[in-house]
Amino acid sequence: MSDFSVVSLTVRTATLAAILMAPFGIAIAWLLARRQWPGKSIIETVVALPLVMPPVATGLILLKTFGRRGPIGKPLHALGIDIVFTWRGIVIAMAVMSFPLLVRASRIAFEEVPLRLEQIARTLGASPMRVFFTVTLPLAKRGVIGGILLAFARSLGEFGATILVAGNIPGRTTTVATAIYSSVQLGEDDAAYRLLLFAVVVAFAAVWTAEALNRRRYRLRT
Amino acid sequence: MILHALLLAAEVHVFAAASLSDALKQIAASYERQSSDRIVFNFGSSGMLARQIEEDAPADLFVSADEARMNSLAQKGLVDPKTRVSILSNSLVIIGTADLEKADRIAIGDPATVPAGTYARDYLRKIGVWDRVQPKLIPLENVRAVLAAVESGNADAGFVYRTDAMIGHARVAKEITNGPAISYPFAVTTHAESRDAARRFLNYLKSKRAAAVFRRYGFIVR
Repeated sequence: MSDFSVVSLTVRTATLAAILMAPFGIAIAWLLARRQWPGKSIIETVVALPLVMPPVATGLILLKTFGRRGPIGKPLHALGIDIVFTWRGIVIAMAVMSFPLLVRASRIAFEEVPLRLEQIARTLGASPMRVFFTVTLPLAKRGVIGGILLAFARSLGEFGATILVAGNIPGRTTTVATAIYSSVQLGEDDAAYRLLLFAVVVAFAAVWTAEALNRRRYRLRT
Repeated sequence: MILHALLLAAEVHVFAAASLSDALKQIAASYERQSSDRIVFNFGSSGMLARQIEEDAPADLFVSADEARMNSLAQKGLVDPKTRVSILSNSLVIIGTADLEKADRIAIGDPATVPAGTYARDYLRKIGVWDRVQPKLIPLENVRAVLAAVESGNADAGFVYRTDAMIGHARVAKEITNGPAISYPFAVTTHAESRDAARRFLNYLKSKRAAAVFRRYGFIVR
């Protein structure tokens, strides 16, 4: 199993995780930023949980939920779709674990959009949907993209939940993080260092870009 | 007297194969009732534990589920050959379904680090089905993870020790009588901090009382 196939699987699953969670993350972030609703503080807390809970604890919840006898895994298995020990498990673990980063960044970005601009658009006859897509989202774009980037970068390194839900099957579910782990266990430090280099470079690029987007945002505002 | 005992009390760090966890915990509990020493366990796959010892993890006593991992430590001078003793044996069973052709997921210990997986691989090669079943294998962290994967239905079949199957709820589908010889070597490490206490506990493990517990958990005592 080559480094390339490990990196490729990791990048593909992380991309898919980002694409899958973006609509939900953006919707929840907007609801948290702009609306008052019953149970808001509960959802706010639940969404942040994967950030502070032990990743393996989140992994255990996912394993029980998506396992072949789990509440979601069972009907899916009946349809011939398995989650646990497959690449789909990686995507779900990544999405859940990095979701809070996306929501946080997007929420802050939405909160920074002046309410007045949205109100003006409304008085000019725009529907709430139209206001969101033509005023709020474009103005919050940088923060939201920064959040997606951070979440993507966090996904690339996901380990704790992934190893429980997807395992570490060479050529099938081995990601950069689990490959580093098994390389170290086997004493193959050179292989671990090569993947470590990849992890550092990608993490640096993602955080740097997200910060650069933030800086632009502040400069535009002042 | 009590003060005297406290001054002499040592902590023995035992790194042991996951398959031994239940039997060793029970033996340690009765040992601690008659000794002032405290037993601290680190259970995992023998391959992982051997690696930890190579990296100077604080182990006083190492119990491997195969001779190969102990040999690799012996070659590096990390275990005291004078203390090395193999007193236990076990056998391999298939849990879940015995029909490996029909099973679409077969869990085994990762042959690279888990002796139960190495034994399973040797057996599958011996009966000439390795190439056919290999794409269906789910290599896991340790033998108890295999038990859990089959019990939760996330794997259709799995290779564990007979002693693991006795603890779990999974159905033994087949006893492997023509499998590889399984042997558990014990040895005190050369850099042990509690060398004398480790020797005392090792002596207890060789006693009749300990043998009775090992037998109760299904191990073959030599």
